[in-house]
Amino acid sequence: MSLLSVRDLTVTYQTQTGPVPAVRGVSFDIDRGEVLGMAGESGCGKSTVVNAIMRLLPPKAKVGGEVLLNGEDVLKMKPGRLRAVRWTEAAVIFQGAMHALNPVQRIGDQIAEAIVIHGQSSERQALVRVGALLEQVGLPPRRLNDYPHELSGGQKQRVMIAMALACSPSLVIADEPTTALDVMVQAQVLKLLNELQHELGLAILFITHDLSVLVEVCDQLAIMYAGKIVEEGSSVKVFGQPAHPYTSALAGAFPAIGDHRFRLAPSGLGGDPPQPEAIPSGCSFHPRCPLAFEECPVTEPQLYPAGDGRKAACLLIEHGASIGAQP
Amino acid sequence: MRIPELQPKGDAPVLVDAGDVPPPIAPKSPRAITWARRKRSFLRVWAVYRSNKMGMWGLYILAFFIAVAVFAPLIASKEGLDPTCACTGTPFSPPSLHFPFGTDNFGRSVLTLTIWGSRISLVVGLVATLISIVIGSLIGIIAGYRGGWSETALMRLTDWFLVIPFLPLAIVLVSVLGRSLAVIIIVIGVTSWPSTARVVRAQVLSVKTRPYVERSRALGAGSWHLIGRHILPNVGPLIFANTIILIAIAILSESALAFLGLGDPLSISWGTVLEFAFGAGAAGAGQWWWLVPPGLAIVFVVLAFTMCGFALDEILNPKLRER
Amino acid sequence: MSAPAPTEVAQPVLEVRDLHVRFQGRLGLGAGLIGKKAVEARAVDGVNLKLFPGEVLALAGESGCGKTTLARTIMGLEKPRSGQIFFEGKPLADLKKYRRRVQMVFQDPTAALNPRQTIYESVAEGVRIHGIGRAADALTEEQMVARALSRAGLRPPERFYLNYPHELSGGQRQRVVIAGALVLDPEVIVADEPVSSLDASVRGEILKLLLGLRNDLDIAMLVVTHDLGLAWTIADRVAVMYLGRIVEIGPAEDVLTRPIHPYTKALLNVVPEAGGLDRPFLSGEPPDPTRIPDGCRFHPRCPEVASGAAKAAGVEAKCTGEDLGLERFRVEHFAACHLARLRAATDTEPSDV
Repeated sequence: MSLLSVRDLTVTYQTQTGPVPAVRGVSFDIDRGEVLGMAGESGCGKSTVVNAIMRLLPPKAKVGGEVLLNGEDVLKMKPGRLRAVRWTEAAVIFQGAMHALNPVQRIGDQIAEAIVIHGQSSERQALVRVGALLEQVGLPPRRLNDYPHELSGGQKQRVMIAMALACSPSLVIADEPTTALDVMVQAQVLKLLNELQHELGLAILFITHDLSVLVEVCDQLAIMYAGKIVEEGSSVKVFGQPAHPYTSALAGAFPAIGDHRFRLAPSGLGGDPPQPEAIPSGCSFHPRCPLAFEECPVTEPQLYPAGDGRKAACLLIEHGASIGAQP
Repeated sequence: MRIPELQPKGDAPVLVDAGDVPPPIAPKSPRAITWARRKRSFLRVWAVYRSNKMGMWGLYILAFFIAVAVFAPLIASKEGLDPTCACTGTPFSPPSLHFPFGTDNFGRSVLTLTIWGSRISLVVGLVATLISIVIGSLIGIIAGYRGGWSETALMRLTDWFLVIPFLPLAIVLVSVLGRSLAVIIIVIGVTSWPSTARVVRAQVLSVKTRPYVERSRALGAGSWHLIGRHILPNVGPLIFANTIILIAIAILSESALAFLGLGDPLSISWGTVLEFAFGAGAAGAGQWWWLVPPGLAIVFVVLAFTMCGFALDEILNPKLRER
Repeated sequence: MSAPAPTEVAQPVLEVRDLHVRFQGRLGLGAGLIGKKAVEARAVDGVNLKLFPGEVLALAGESGCGKTTLARTIMGLEKPRSGQIFFEGKPLADLKKYRRRVQMVFQDPTAALNPRQTIYESVAEGVRIHGIGRAADALTEEQMVARALSRAGLRPPERFYLNYPHELSGGQRQRVVIAGALVLDPEVIVADEPVSSLDASVRGEILKLLLGLRNDLDIAMLVVTHDLGLAWTIADRVAVMYLGRIVEIGPAEDVLTRPIHPYTKALLNVVPEAGGLDRPFLSGEPPDPTRIPDGCRFHPRCPEVASGAAKAAGVEAKCTGEDLGLERFRVEHFAACHLARLRAATDTEPSDV
């Protein structure tokens, strides 16, 4: 059984102008110790997926489908059970670590709080655990007496990771954990996450707009576009030989230095990602697709097998065409 | 994909290349574009405003009072204000068919007094606010934009005016300069600007650091251009919303001054009507009809301006809008 | 698409000589009374840079290295402490005239456009500021705006005149900002992280546009970026900045595939690539421009110093004690590193001067 199994998840926001579909039927599984990367651009619904899994959506959002955590549907949990599950079984590392910490509380107390709330130990024991946690994320244990302003951005993000690990969850959801960080620090934090994942056997759902980051840390990749997964498979395959034209364009935005195909030849797509209020008919990618044909605006593609255990939602795949590695 | 239609530089007459320079469209002169933009912008604000219930009720009430003030000569003859007029009734008579709001000590219709009083009250409110807004905005913009010692000096001046108690100052000024409408307006105007100056300065400080101001500076813009094109348009709506609320305060201040006997004895405002009534002992004699109409008029107009002001503030104030 | 070979004989369109920019830290009254001194950040600390006509020069480095400050100082948005800026060989005199010919593209197009101005007004701003586009000029204001918009890829331009920035997508907004820079027919565009706030699939199109402007209009560009992958796709030359100085500069292909300075190598290491995270990364925090180390300013983080390689080669004392400038290693390829200099002098391998 998968640790996390999301089945046909749909999220619709109710707005003044009518319902807006943010997630339109997303299914995926994460096994214990597996890292799934989910990439997509602004407005593709990736953050809504995170919030739906953790049930952090505003009450106005209508959620459909199933989110099975250890076989139990998160969407049907009672509030008490939900509180117990958050942190202890699934924890989130949010983006923007700068603002997620309470500025007037020592970081040690903030991490200990999570442990104490979940009744895992007394306050004194908790602080011992916090020291160990800080060491684990590469900070000296004495820093637990520091206030957030005494830490740099990268250190704050490390504290956020320690906080997520405080109750030894088996699943960690990382929502753009490195976006606000500088290039060097970003690499350090990624390396840390990677090491922790191996050390603790964590399952991680890693969400970001930066496809290249995912390739380094993930086993599996899922690419989202306009509220749906358009391609999924092993990360090296998906990034290296994309089956969907959108993935192909996205991969082109992260060129390999030394690869002369990219030298003085930036590649990208015309147009912009669609707004959730106005998703194009048929294949939602067709207005921007360089390979679109007559059927695309009409038929909505499903995820078709594309070889090597991959799936891609493109009618060309269904018709047996092979799409080049690069546009 | 290459970028088509680009024209290499130095390739002389650019006008010839039809692909690069689209033919000018006759009606779209820059001026026409500006006007079209203003119209659209206004319509958009109006559409949002219309969906605001509080703002619309405020507007209805205001429209009523403004109509009354403008058409006062048509509704009630001005002769009704003259105590010697033949049209007066018995003094102190309660509401009747002929005098719906009753009469005062001279037998004048309280309705006529209230109708004519609206003119002075509204004019004093508007003019005093205008003075206050001009001073406040000027000081706020200069302080916010210039910064440095001029900001420090101007803001200390603002603080100084902010802490002066209004009524004692007004009483002193009126007794020195004499009781006239102009004095009342000036007194209210020069004492109510500090709050505007503070609000405007804060907004200017925030607009000043926006990247679009920076972009304009990088394009070569000077101070006048930056203030006129970027800072004022972004501070203007806030000033406007502030103005509407200030009018309410000014009307209230005028009524208060008039009630204390500091008003212009020759002109009839709601405040002076109240003062006459109070002075004639209407409250003690149970002549409620003499006090209630001007009192309610003040309450409604102040309420209406405040409602409109808050509604506009919600739409135009960037800080509230972001929520 | 061949880049113009920047040779010594060519006249740089823009040149920066020994530029220093410092920021004074704020000091509380109490701290001043007990004799503390305000900290001073040396954001740009002695930069020499030439930008040749029609070339794209990428200025790379991590945050806090001074690359954005350098760009802003070139635009006259910050005042230099010392040093000079030359435009077409002459020292900068008339800032307003200069700003007609050197334009800036900003990082966040949403913030760089006045939300209360239409696209037409935003693009026409430069024309109005400089009082051109009147009846006597070759082009009317409207023609100039239309030309700029269509050059920036917004066609037909009239369709965008009355739009407000919030009605456009991120990519279109950045095109408007670029059109606003193009409207005055500039010689130079300074672009500060021009695509970092855009969606990944849109970035390529904007970069294509910038590269197209270089190719077709011969505009020289200084592109500030933290992303060396971006430098690989659009730059002719790359300059790497560390703590207010350029530590390596040269032809993009050479710098990115055969880096000399250990810092450039470290920056290249953090460019993500498939196959895991086994490469060595620099540890520690981004450098602090208020405390610039003595000697080579990179030595506290330098992997060559940490690994003992510098000591073995006998240059560690120089690394920690002797400041150094750029030196030529290969054709047009300069770097500032004691160890690399020593190796180049003893080995025959990397040098082909």
